[in-house]
Amino acid sequence: MKALGFLRRSFEHGVHPAHHKQQTADLPIQRVPFGKNYIMPLGQHIGVPAKAIVAAGERVKRGQLIAEPGGFVSTGLHSPVSGTVTEIGDFRGVDGRFAPAIAIEADPFATQQVDAGAALDWQSLSLEDFIAAVQMAGIVGMGGAAFPAHVKLSVPDGVKIRHLLINGAECEPYLTTDHRLMLERPEALLEGAEIMRQKLGAEETVIGVEMNKPDAIETLRKHIQPGQPVRVVPLKVKYPQGAEKMMIKSVFDKEVPAGQLPRDVGVNVNNVGTIVAIADYFLRGMPLIERVVTVAGPGVTYPANLIVPLGTPVRDVVKFCGGLKPGTREIIMGGPMMGRPIASLDVPILKGCSGVLVFTEEETARRKEYPCISCGRCLEACPYFLNPSRLARLSKARMFDEMKALNVFDCVECGCCTFACPSSIPIVQLIRTAKDDLTHRKEPDA
Amino acid sequence: MKKRDPDLLLLHAPLLRQGMTTPNAMRDVLYALAPATVASLWFFGLSAILVLGTCIAGAVLAEWLFADRETRGVSLLDASGILTGLLLGLTLPPGLPLWMAFLGGFVGIALGKVIWGGLGHNLFNPALLGRAFLLATFPIAMTTWVPATGDGGFFSIYSGNLALPFMQVQIDGMTAATPLGMLKFEQEVTPLANLMFGKTSGSLGETSGLLLLLGGVYLWLRRDLDWRIPVSILLTVVVFSACLGLFDAARFPTPLFSVFSGGLLLGAIYMATDPVTSPVTPRGAWIFGIGVGVLVMLIRVFGGLPEGVMYAILLMNAATPLINRYTQPTVFGRGAESK
Repeated sequence: MKALGFLRRSFEHGVHPAHHKQQTADLPIQRVPFGKNYIMPLGQHIGVPAKAIVAAGERVKRGQLIAEPGGFVSTGLHSPVSGTVTEIGDFRGVDGRFAPAIAIEADPFATQQVDAGAALDWQSLSLEDFIAAVQMAGIVGMGGAAFPAHVKLSVPDGVKIRHLLINGAECEPYLTTDHRLMLERPEALLEGAEIMRQKLGAEETVIGVEMNKPDAIETLRKHIQPGQPVRVVPLKVKYPQGAEKMMIKSVFDKEVPAGQLPRDVGVNVNNVGTIVAIADYFLRGMPLIERVVTVAGPGVTYPANLIVPLGTPVRDVVKFCGGLKPGTREIIMGGPMMGRPIASLDVPILKGCSGVLVFTEEETARRKEYPCISCGRCLEACPYFLNPSRLARLSKARMFDEMKALNVFDCVECGCCTFACPSSIPIVQLIRTAKDDLTHRKEPDA
Repeated sequence: MKKRDPDLLLLHAPLLRQGMTTPNAMRDVLYALAPATVASLWFFGLSAILVLGTCIAGAVLAEWLFADRETRGVSLLDASGILTGLLLGLTLPPGLPLWMAFLGGFVGIALGKVIWGGLGHNLFNPALLGRAFLLATFPIAMTTWVPATGDGGFFSIYSGNLALPFMQVQIDGMTAATPLGMLKFEQEVTPLANLMFGKTSGSLGETSGLLLLLGGVYLWLRRDLDWRIPVSILLTVVVFSACLGLFDAARFPTPLFSVFSGGLLLGAIYMATDPVTSPVTPRGAWIFGIGVGVLVMLIRVFGGLPEGVMYAILLMNAATPLINRYTQPTVFGRGAESK
C-alpha cells in the first residue's frame, strides 16, 4: 500500500475546485509604476512586529533598512521607495485592526534605483551569520502565511534536514505568481535552491509542481545544471496540494505527526517566491521590498501578474489594472480558498499577499443554507481526516470545549469542507469562530 | 476629492463552492427513481399512479402542515417530502386502499421526520417508518399482493384501492404471492429473468431489478450516493446466500435470486443510502452495509417473514449514532504509524 501511495503522487482527500488560472497564466510579470504613498506595517509576518529605526521627516532610500527585527521570530523591513517618512503611527491593516506602520511618501524626482549592496559571499558565511542575514533581509514565506524564513533554517541539534522541498504547487485557484516565477526566473529559483540546500546540508532539492503547469515543469527541468541534485516532481492537481504537510505526504509519502514540524521528518519546505527572494538577496543584494502579485477575478478590468513594491495601497494596484468593473462586491487578498477579504482599498500589499482577487455579485451571492444531512462529503474532503460535520454542529451549539477533544486545533482552515458542503453550511468559518474563542477567551477568575 | 469606492462585502473565504446543493441531490434521487416509477405504471396501470400520488400527497401535506409559518414554502422546495412519499409508495402493494397510502405518507413525515426536528435530524428513514407503521396497522392489506400486468389493461383499477376508510378491507379476488413468499411458503423459485424485468408480483417499485440498478448507476455518476453502502449490502447478501447454498442448494435461495428478489435493490440503493440516517464516516458505511445485509438474510431465511429489508434498515438506522462514534477517522499525523 505504501508503495502504491507513492506512485499516486498525492495526499488523500482534498477537493477539486475549478482553477480559473487561464485569466493570468499566460501574462508575463510586469512592474507597477511607483505611486505616491506607501504604508509599511511593522507586523507583516507571523511573530513579533519589527521595531522602527527611522523617524518622521527622515529621508529614506529604496532598499534601506527602516525597521529591525523585534525578536527572534521577527524580520527586518526595508523601504520600498526612496522618499520621506511622513508618519509612524497606527494604520488600518488587512484584518481591519489598527496596527503600527511606517508611512512613506515617495519622492517623485528620485530614480528609485536600488543601492544594491554587493553580492554576499554566502559560501563563506557561517550558518548563524547566514540565518541572521536572511532575518535582516526581511525574507518570509511568500506563499501566504508570511512565516519568517530564517526560523525554519534554525534547526535544533540532532535534527537532520535531508530534503529541501520547494513548493510550486500553487493550488489556490486564480493565483499564477509562482507559475510565472518558475517560467520567467528559473535560474534565480535554482540558484536560490542551491544556496538553501548547501546551507541546510540537505542531500537533494525537490520542486513539487502541480501537473496543470507542464510548461513550468519543463522549463525548470531544462535549467537544472548537470550534476545538480534537483528533482522536479509533478503532483496531482488537487487542493490543498500546496499545504506543506500535504505536499510532504505527496512527495515523500511521510506524515508529519500532529503538533510537529516538517523538520521533524527531515524536510524543509519553502515557497518558490521565498527561494527567489533568497537568490535576489544573496546574489544581487536586493532585500525583500517587492513581490509578485496576481490581480485577477471577474471584477477586474485587466487581470495581470505584477511586481508590486510592498506597502502599495490596493487602490493603486487596482487602478493600474484598469479599475474595478461595476458590480464589484468583494476584494480578497490571497487566494479564494484561504485569503482574507478587505474592507477598504487603502490597505497595503504585504509580504505574504500573493493575490488581489476581485469578485462580483455572482460569486458572492449567498447560497441558502440547509440543515446538515450528514452526507459525509466534508469528511471525505478534509485532508486532515477531521469530522467537519460534527465540528460545525458543536460550534453552532457553542460547545467549543468539546471540539478540542475532536482535534479542532489540527485544522489548518483550508476550506475544503465548506467547498464540499451541499447544504452550504459555512463549516470552516464556524471552526474558525471556535478556535478564536478557545484561544482568546479570558478564563473567569477562580 | 475621493472617488466613491464600491461597498465591499466581507464574506470569509472560501468563496468557491462546488455545484451540488442539498435540494439538487434530493431531486437527483427523484430522477434516478423515474425509470422504476414508469415501470410501475406499466405493470400496475392507473393504480400505481393513485397509490404513489396519495403517498406523496400525504407526505407533502404533513410537511406543509407542521412547518414553521415562515419557512413553509422553503421546506417544500427542498423536495425531501416528495422523495419520502415516492419512496414509501414504491414499497407498497399496488392494491392497497388509497386512504392507507395517504396515512402512510403522512405518518412517515410526521413521526419519521418532523417530530425529530425536520430535515437532517431524524434517526430513522421516514419512508420506511411510514411503511412499518402501515405494516403494523394493516397487516392484511399490506401483504395482499396482486399479479403484475393486471387483467384489465392500463385503466383498470384494483378494487382494493378504492376501499373506504376504516371499512372492512376487501381482499382482491385475484392475489398472487411475491417471489420471496413463494420461496418461503411454497418452495417455488421464480425465474431470474422475471425478477430482472419485473414480471412478478410485489410492491410497486421493487419488481424490476435492472431499472433500479440503472438509477443507482446514475446516482453514483452524480456522486449523490455513498457507493460503499449498496456495495457492502449486496456483497454481504451474495456471500451469505452463497455460504447457505453450500449447505443445501435446494432449500436456500441462490445469490442472484437473493439480490434481485423483494425490496433489496430498492432498499440498498435508495433507502439505506439516505445520508441522514446512515453513518457519516466511510468506515461506518461499510459496517452499516454489512449489518443491513446480514439482517436481511437472517430475517428472510430464518425469520417468520418472507421479506426483511425494511426492518434490517430500520435496525441499522438505530445503530448509526453508535457506529459514527466508533468509526471516527484517524486524524492526519495522529495515526499509530506516525508515532
